[in-house]
Amino acid sequence: MIKIDVDMAKCQHYGQCVFEAPNVFELNNDDKLEYTATAEDSERANVEAAIDVCPMQAIRIVE
Amino acid sequence: MTHPVLIVGASMGGLRTAEAFRRFGYTGPITVIGDEPYAPYNRPPLSKEVLAETVSHEAVAFEQRESMADVNWVLGTRVESADLDHNVVTDSNGDIHPYSALVIATGLRPRRLSVANGELRGRHAVRTLDDAIALRADLKPGARVVIVGAGFIGCEVAATARTLGCEVTVVAPGIHPMQRSLGTELAAEMQRRHEAQGVVFRLKTTVTDLVGESVVEGVALDDGTTVPCDVLVEAIGSHENTEWLEGNDLDLSAGVLANNDLRAMRQNGDPWNDVFVVGDVARFPNPAYDDDARQIEHWNIPTETAKRVAQVFTEQAQGEFRPIPSFWTDQYDNHLLAYGVLALADHVKLIDGDITADCVFGYYRLGKMVGVCGIGMRSIVQSYRTNFV
Repeated sequence: MIKIDVDMAKCQHYGQCVFEAPNVFELNNDDKLEYTATAEDSERANVEAAIDVCPMQAIRIVE
Repeated sequence: MTHPVLIVGASMGGLRTAEAFRRFGYTGPITVIGDEPYAPYNRPPLSKEVLAETVSHEAVAFEQRESMADVNWVLGTRVESADLDHNVVTDSNGDIHPYSALVIATGLRPRRLSVANGELRGRHAVRTLDDAIALRADLKPGARVVIVGAGFIGCEVAATARTLGCEVTVVAPGIHPMQRSLGTELAAEMQRRHEAQGVVFRLKTTVTDLVGESVVEGVALDDGTTVPCDVLVEAIGSHENTEWLEGNDLDLSAGVLANNDLRAMRQNGDPWNDVFVVGDVARFPNPAYDDDARQIEHWNIPTETAKRVAQVFTEQAQGEFRPIPSFWTDQYDNHLLAYGVLALADHVKLIDGDITADCVFGYYRLGKMVGVCGIGMRSIVQSYRTNFV
């Protein structure tokens, strides 16, 4: 399993991560980011890609 | 000994290239040369939230992945020339760097005003961390800030400076700020929102000279007036950093011309086998739009092009390279998000929401959607992204 942390003080809810790791990130009905704090190892590459595309560089894998 | 993959440019494009080469299985040596003294950092906050706070490398540095541990970073070093026929570049110390493959990631630098009084102090640009540190120190409450240029950078600095309590005037030749990208209606609305915050626009106007003894005290305009100025910010576009490549068989007429695999092109139209281009400086065709090669100065392009280069280099590229440009901008509480190439549009229309509140605009060329941009309404904006895939 991987553990994911989003710095919600930085996050501006641009939702770019949603396209890279849709199983982990989504925008809710209020356009706010929601995410699962843990994911299968198979999601690692997708989450790494989400880290790359986050405009605010707010996403980290904390193991 | 195997010569390294040599990446010239240590900003996001250089970092993402090194990461992608590792990710796609290249295990040989990688060297990255950059002229700034800093490890790669994220530039967009330099005109926005970080500029409103204490600007530091720590606040904007990209996290260094484990895969970067054995990359040779040569920072604070400018590359002066390249000899592509002999696979070497020469840096400002006179050191010669042979390479097995070269990745050009030298990006852009700000264009500066060309004025007679150009030696005056108090002039700023916004591109590097050092630029932002210097500008931040001058953005004191009550300071009279004149921003030349009403593109995204100019407007972001205007919003940040206004939020910090500065008096802000924006001087630009256009009719509305950001009009070339956003189109008339949305640009006019953004102008209204800036004016509601107290920003003064001097549009359809250009700078003729700077006034002052040793520091800038005023900005003279072509209508004969002079705007008092304590802090001058020049946000009038950029130059490509390609001088070091001159004398080689390349097309440097605008950036570095590359093919859809990001291989640099010779003047006869054949690609170099071992020279690639990534990021802002790359001019490449994107079949999602047409055959025309374009530079795309959007934040996601360094990452996209780096990935493509690594795939091509490791022979894992499949199909055409059709990146979807994306940008965002934050000005006060207005958070704009866009996909596509808005500037291609011949027709722009409101497709959702209310222009005085949150709204979404569609951008069309010959009736086909080429871009979408919204203030807020992220889910709606995102729902149109598939139109460009």
